[in-house]
Amino acid sequence: MNTLPKASLSADNAAPIMSVRGLNKTYAGGFQALKNINLDIRRGEIFALLGPNGAGKTTLISIICGIVNAGSGTIIADGHDITRDYRMARAAIGLVPQELHTDAFESVWATVTFSRGLFGKAPNPAYLEKVLRDLSLWDKRKSKIMTLSGGMKRRVLIAKALSHQPTILFLDEPSAGVDVELRRDMWLMVRELRAQGTTIILTTHYIEEAEQMADRIGIISKGELILVEDKKVLMRKLGKKQLTLTLRQPLINIPADLNAWSLELADNGQALVYSFDTQKDETGIAELMLALAEHGIEFKDLRSRESSLEDIFVSLVHQPKETAA
Amino acid sequence: MNFYGIRAIYRFEMARTFRTLLESVAAPVLTTSLYFIVFGKAIGSRMGDIDSIGYGSFIIPGLVMLSLLNESISNASFGIYMPKWAGTIYELLSAPVSWIEVLLGYVGAAATKSVMLGLLILATARFFVPYQIAHPLWMMGFLLLTAVTFSLFGFIIGLWADSFQKLQVIPMLIVTPLTFLGGAFYSINMLPPVWQKISLFNPVVYLISAFRWSFYGVADVDVVMSIAMTFGFLIVCLTFVWWVFKSGYKIRR
Repeated sequence: MNTLPKASLSADNAAPIMSVRGLNKTYAGGFQALKNINLDIRRGEIFALLGPNGAGKTTLISIICGIVNAGSGTIIADGHDITRDYRMARAAIGLVPQELHTDAFESVWATVTFSRGLFGKAPNPAYLEKVLRDLSLWDKRKSKIMTLSGGMKRRVLIAKALSHQPTILFLDEPSAGVDVELRRDMWLMVRELRAQGTTIILTTHYIEEAEQMADRIGIISKGELILVEDKKVLMRKLGKKQLTLTLRQPLINIPADLNAWSLELADNGQALVYSFDTQKDETGIAELMLALAEHGIEFKDLRSRESSLEDIFVSLVHQPKETAA
Repeated sequence: MNFYGIRAIYRFEMARTFRTLLESVAAPVLTTSLYFIVFGKAIGSRMGDIDSIGYGSFIIPGLVMLSLLNESISNASFGIYMPKWAGTIYELLSAPVSWIEVLLGYVGAAATKSVMLGLLILATARFFVPYQIAHPLWMMGFLLLTAVTFSLFGFIIGLWADSFQKLQVIPMLIVTPLTFLGGAFYSINMLPPVWQKISLFNPVVYLISAFRWSFYGVADVDVVMSIAMTFGFLIVCLTFVWWVFKSGYKIRR
């Protein structure tokens, strides 16, 4: 796929392509959807915004794209203030919304042509053909959108968002309701877009996808951005490993001598779980094994597991704010 | 100015018309033709002249105006309501287009369709009743001004409405009665003096009066006053739409 012009990989890359400062939003009913959001998005990165339902992800995206009015704060997109210089800012942004909002009676070709024109771009049938071919929509170009499957409609929304060659692409829950094959194709396309210089900001409920795709992760909860971190650093800093020992004889209590290891009993005393920090030089496993042998605690199996981004996400959104920050 | 944006909206809206020719064009032409047959030919032949104009000919400007008002409002209100209803308005709101450009696209297309329809109805009327156009340029000017003004009004209704029922309420309960009471079928000079005064509060009186003047050179109210009133209404509508886009009322949360 080669649908977008290569972005400049100059010193500009150091500057954020998008800056959000002091953003607040309170809806008419009094619900405060966003609380003092400050966020920089780096040029050319894939940024995953995670958060539970109602956390404020879609509100944040909608304000940046001009669909929802901000309460206060400033947003600079590709060097342009989204309020004062909205034309330039919006021209740089493409949005794939969460819901499948489409012009049911229009053909695929008509709707992507409309989108390109709406965003102020001169007609370019060759480019639109390429976009549709890349999204496997070319054969459906004359079909009315209402006749397409949900997955195809999702592709149409992506084609519309790409029709004006944006440098920033928002994907709001793009894999919701799409089958496994389409999801795989879509993430392949996202990687290719990023390789061509497009900055991608996505929200997803599939945290394993964010783990695979994103360069950086932002976690939003109850309208507050509680963490923004490089994905690898996040996994290293907050990730834990667990060693689970399946015991030959179940235990009722953990001997007091073993308190130093903060062990937990699981499976009705059939298993002993030891959580340890992968960052420490000494994991304490060797000492634990010796201590268990001294207490005559035998095990028949052992397995280790590293925390996933999902584990980190769940622990962050469920712990008090000051701990998370 | 985002000319490509204006063109995209305009073409999108016009394409909708051509996709639904039966509902958009054939239905109003047929309905108005029935008026010409019933009031122009059947009943009109037994009625006396008004201002020395045969009754069938007299009602033509009013009937064209009736269709023009209804179609302008309906086209424009439906045009902007549909994206709201379908959710596709997100694209319009996130696009680099100003409120003026949005208006030029939607209202321009709605007015174009209404003018086309008005001219078609006028051509159809020729089959049923004779008429003349004393001031063709003024006639076109009034047709255009009315179509633009009421398309703008329809656009406001589309922005305001949050259900298909609401979309119909103002045209049915306000616009149609005002049109019927606005001198489409009679001269307001035929009314008792009190009702003549009351009629002057009906904006449609000015539209029909001026439009009829462009046909036969006779008017119920001063033509300059009619033009001023129409422009006044146009400015009120423009101000309201500007405020809607600035505040986000009913379109941006």
